[in-house]
Amino acid sequence: MLYTALIAPFADFEFMRRALIGSLALALGAPPVGVFLMLRRMSLIGDAMAHAILPGAAIGFLLAGLSLFAMAGGGLIAGFLIAFGAGLIARATLLKEDASLAAFFLISLALGVTIVSAKGNNVDLLHFLFGSVLAIDDPALMLIAGITSVSLVVLALIWRPLVLECVDPGYLRSVSRAGGPVHIAFLALVVLNLVGGFQALGTLLAVGIMMLPAVVSRFWARDITTMIGIAIGCAAISGYAGLLVSYHANLPSGPAIILVAGAFYALSVVFGPVGGLLWLALPQRHLEA
Amino acid sequence: MIARRLLLTAGFAAGAVALIATPAAAQDTHTNKIKAVATFSILGDLVRNVGGDRVEITTLVGPNGDAHVYSPTPGDARKLAAADVVFVNGLGLEGWMTRLVTASGTKAPMVLVTKGITPRHMQDEDKRGRPAIDPHAWQSIADAKIYVANIRDGLVAIDPAGKATYDANAAAYLARLDELEQEVKAAIDSIPADRRKIITTHDAFGYFGAAYGMAFIAPEGVSTEAEPSAKDVAKIITQIRKQRIPAVFLENISDPRLMDQIARETGAIIGGTLYSDALSEPGGPAATYIDMMRHNVREFAKALVG
Repeated sequence: MLYTALIAPFADFEFMRRALIGSLALALGAPPVGVFLMLRRMSLIGDAMAHAILPGAAIGFLLAGLSLFAMAGGGLIAGFLIAFGAGLIARATLLKEDASLAAFFLISLALGVTIVSAKGNNVDLLHFLFGSVLAIDDPALMLIAGITSVSLVVLALIWRPLVLECVDPGYLRSVSRAGGPVHIAFLALVVLNLVGGFQALGTLLAVGIMMLPAVVSRFWARDITTMIGIAIGCAAISGYAGLLVSYHANLPSGPAIILVAGAFYALSVVFGPVGGLLWLALPQRHLEA
Repeated sequence: MIARRLLLTAGFAAGAVALIATPAAAQDTHTNKIKAVATFSILGDLVRNVGGDRVEITTLVGPNGDAHVYSPTPGDARKLAAADVVFVNGLGLEGWMTRLVTASGTKAPMVLVTKGITPRHMQDEDKRGRPAIDPHAWQSIADAKIYVANIRDGLVAIDPAGKATYDANAAAYLARLDELEQEVKAAIDSIPADRRKIITTHDAFGYFGAAYGMAFIAPEGVSTEAEPSAKDVAKIITQIRKQRIPAVFLENISDPRLMDQIARETGAIIGGTLYSDALSEPGGPAATYIDMMRHNVREFAKALVG
């Protein structure tokens, strides 16, 4: 009984196994990036980036057809260009980074839609551009796994300055000039993970698997390392449970995965020990000297 | 959906304005050919074969267009207004036609080419849960012959002077259709009887299957427009395995990677492109009705023979 419900779908069908491996790989790489985005108050940047990547993927599709690497490459280039362009303008002019990113991603999104519709039926093309978690083939799996590996290694390398930039950017600036390069490397990781997520989940949902587990983890831990651990666990469980929900309840898979993560979020808002509603309502111990 | 409706409304409005503004512009006085309008490309091809040189034929939904969900343009209303005769398939194919005819104010007689055909029901159901009528009658060559007879009678009714031409053209084309039908039957005969079944989400081959003895099995519970769920895909795979279906033509699941995945897991062959509702561009594999039927049968045979 339990076997039929929890394991049989994966034992019987190869596409379910691939979907599971794909979402687990994604769950390792994206949530840590999401935690840093959240701590730096850049939670919405992921969304903006997701839209910014569309024209690159569209151009890749127009040049090379339905080739995974052309589309992923195009998306990466577009994402990098926009991340750096927005950063550059933020540093060179009065405009703040979020404002210049907003401008860039809107232009980019409009450009993407124009390119996609110029080639004909836009609904079909959007289907082509972004994969479904049920249709992960070998190259897509390699791409997601590769991106996750790169992302974990880079995070390990820039860990110290990145944490410092989150908690005390002024101090980091006073002792080191690593702030700029680290910021750029970090934005590159955001773009990389989003492109990986597109292969599996599609535009908006790729952001979901990055941000929702990160936000959930905030309610359960106070230090970054624990937060990242919780975020990864939450994303992995969401992937597994979401696929099962999609299988048993006949729901589209990508949204099902994100909705499970959303359920975790709702639970955390109420029951989370760090700033959850229930804990705030309880009388707190006073600080004593 | 909303966008389509807006477009439609805007289109009609623009069309109406254009018609009021230029009432005489649409009248072409250079040729004295009969101006016929056919609603979609396959019908247009049949009319062209019967009408020959005496008829100038315009189709509203062109090659590769989907007549089911077509959004008429102001130009279409103008074509209708200028037409001497309009050929429609009926059986629910051109749901947009009634409104377009009203909007265009055309006085041309409408010829229903499926008159005399016994309609089949689709496997899908309509909104009220009744089985919907299947409009794809042209997929049976026997029914296409009824189309041709109706087209001939319709043309003779508005152009009695050309009766001899229309009769001769129709007779010649009917002879070609007889040949085509023999060809199709021979091709199906070459497929072993237990392999004459495919899965297709495109519910357009009901008439073909009934006429020539092939089973077209719809994948269970797959909605053709929404993103498929894991359960949908699992169902298709189980069904292919259980019923030993040798080939899959899944046109509406538009993600080719998903089709590859299904093929890998079941060992079924993924079939090529079928033309059911529209012809291809001129020079394509299905530029005429006869080419289209040949092409589809060839695709079936390729996937199913041995």
